[in-house]
Amino acid sequence: FSSNATFDVEGSFETHMLDTAPETTVECSKEELLEMFELMYTMRRMEITCDNEYKARNIRGFCHLYDGQEAVATGINAAFDPEDSWITSYRCHCVALARGGSVSSVVGELFGNIDGYSRGKGGSMHFYNKANYFFGGAGIVGAQVPVGAGSAFANKYKSKPGEKMNVSVACFGDGAANQGQIWEAANMCNLWNLPMIFCIENNRYGMGTSIDRHSSIQDYYKMGNEIPGLRIDGMNVLAVKEGMRFAKEYCGSGNGPMYVEMMTYRYHGHSMSDPGTTYRNRDEIAFTRSTKDPLEFVKKCLVDAEFMTADEIKDMEKKIRKDVQKEVLKAKESPVPPHEELFKHIFATNLEPRSGGIEYPPHIRMPNYENSFWIDGKKE
Amino acid sequence: IDMAVREAICQGLDEEMERDENVFIMGEEVAQYQGAYKVTKGLFQKYGDKRVIDTPITEMGFTGLGVGASFHDLKPVIEFMTINFSMQAIDQVVNGAAKQFYMSGGDLACPIVFRGPNGFSAGTAAQHSQCFGAWYSSCPGLKVVSPYSSEDAKGLIKAAIRDPNPVMVLEHELMYGISFPMSDEAQSKDWVVPIGQAKIEREGTDVTIISFSKPVGLALEAAEVMATKGVSCEVINLLSLRPLDRKTIIASAKKTGRVVSLEQGWPQCGISSEIAAILMETDAFNYLDAPMERVTGADVPMPYAADLEKAALPQLEDVVAAIERTTYRSMAA
Repeated sequence: FSSNATFDVEGSFETHMLDTAPETTVECSKEELLEMFELMYTMRRMEITCDNEYKARNIRGFCHLYDGQEAVATGINAAFDPEDSWITSYRCHCVALARGGSVSSVVGELFGNIDGYSRGKGGSMHFYNKANYFFGGAGIVGAQVPVGAGSAFANKYKSKPGEKMNVSVACFGDGAANQGQIWEAANMCNLWNLPMIFCIENNRYGMGTSIDRHSSIQDYYKMGNEIPGLRIDGMNVLAVKEGMRFAKEYCGSGNGPMYVEMMTYRYHGHSMSDPGTTYRNRDEIAFTRSTKDPLEFVKKCLVDAEFMTADEIKDMEKKIRKDVQKEVLKAKESPVPPHEELFKHIFATNLEPRSGGIEYPPHIRMPNYENSFWIDGKKE
Repeated sequence: IDMAVREAICQGLDEEMERDENVFIMGEEVAQYQGAYKVTKGLFQKYGDKRVIDTPITEMGFTGLGVGASFHDLKPVIEFMTINFSMQAIDQVVNGAAKQFYMSGGDLACPIVFRGPNGFSAGTAAQHSQCFGAWYSSCPGLKVVSPYSSEDAKGLIKAAIRDPNPVMVLEHELMYGISFPMSDEAQSKDWVVPIGQAKIEREGTDVTIISFSKPVGLALEAAEVMATKGVSCEVINLLSLRPLDRKTIIASAKKTGRVVSLEQGWPQCGISSEIAAILMETDAFNYLDAPMERVTGADVPMPYAADLEKAALPQLEDVVAAIERTTYRSMAA
């Protein structure tokens, strides 16, 4: 009984303008596969909890869930170094989790509590962790892509010529992929050889518009034109890991950017106001769940490699469900942000993350002028 | 010595690049061409293509790229060839840079400088001749400065680069070639003009003229004219549009009792409107001897023909007329 197993990922990749390709087998230890499963199942349970809490009106505003797409974030996380930069769209709860967040801090943010990831000031679309090279959480479709290119620029700026660079990945959906700013960023990354991975999470719908209705090209991995591309089975966490290892190696070695397309699927609607069934039918969702579910896939790998028995997995799931519940309770107990939080963090006094280095503006006008903020406390 | 505004900005950029190797300049034609208005002259030759970077004509892309680079503690100076083109990138400026620190609950600051010529140039018509002072100064999280003289220009660009927040520097195309005396202090590498403080360009007792950017010169001219008529004008150069130096505005209004604002921007929701609101909402109101007068650009898109263009912008006689109205009229009358 070996603690390592080899998994076949043949057929998980298609390449564009590349001389080499990812490996068709992936070696993985028991510990690593378990870790992936734990993260993915925590993501799944957290998102389902968010769905329930939203429906119970404990979460306000917009809320975009990631269930179905867990293998993408988990595979990227497994392939990356902690110093590799990561930015994604508003569908960001699970990336925040992968990059050092706890369930209580993520859900706490959605509850709008002070112990939330962004002190209750960001909400569902605004998670950041500078120390862990996680830069959002961008609320505006596509806006994260040029910003991610800025991380790639900084990585190159700070590296010595010829040195292996950390990479930057910007994740965006198929719906964003035709935006002008993405092409602007792609052009500069290719022109300047930046270590940038354009990662399109193709879940087949830009909000409620299917890819054949919103894009004249459906081979997203070829969209970079002269930029090499890689299409990955985004429901297979091992393929994602291997594909991203390959992309990181390629881009980090100074070969310029790469377009990566993750073939994935979101179980929920685009956001909480979208039941997700007007533009696709329930059969399609059920079929994907029964044939391609990323969690069922990992479970099968765990059993096939004799890393775990089905019963052991069930026990583990039970434990994770309980842990998530505990974390959610903890998040609920966190107090709401105090009133003075309103005036904090408009300006910074230094660049250290979460330093408390706050510069207060001299005056902040409130709805009732009498309640306005004056830095010296004196009404003018 | 005298120095043109463009040279003063360039000197400020040069000194800050020398001081901190994380400072870099990016924009259209900033490197090999040395700047469309020659503001970055010589910097490419001195610092090379790593730190002075020509971009494609894609504002949204390179502005976003700058924002991302700033997350890694680099100090990007993003030049918009003219601020008009920053509208292409306004999502990255307003929705991205300005709100970043707040949205992240204090985790992620965005130390970036945006700069370029703002306001009205000559004969360039509606799309290339306008002031975005009011637009940008409306946004919490941004700092917005607008220099008049060479000393202002150098001191403010240096302050902007050293600031850990996003700063929009609104220069003026028609000021780049104008020379001003530079004091010994202003020539030193330590010359920094603090953001958020207005400057009293001329002290007076009868009426306060408040302006920023190029029209500060017009305000000073008007003050000269009024002096010959026995009226003493105080001229305030705002320098900073956000944070706005309310204290200096209020103190001067209380002192003189009469206020005229002067800007090239549109009247509705303009900087002048904000000054009027400050006077209404604060104790300064009780000191006013006459209603405030606004002198602003006309409420029209900028026309091309020279005569029409002139009619759309504040002229000396407009400023003098406004000062006379507010000076010779009393609240009671």
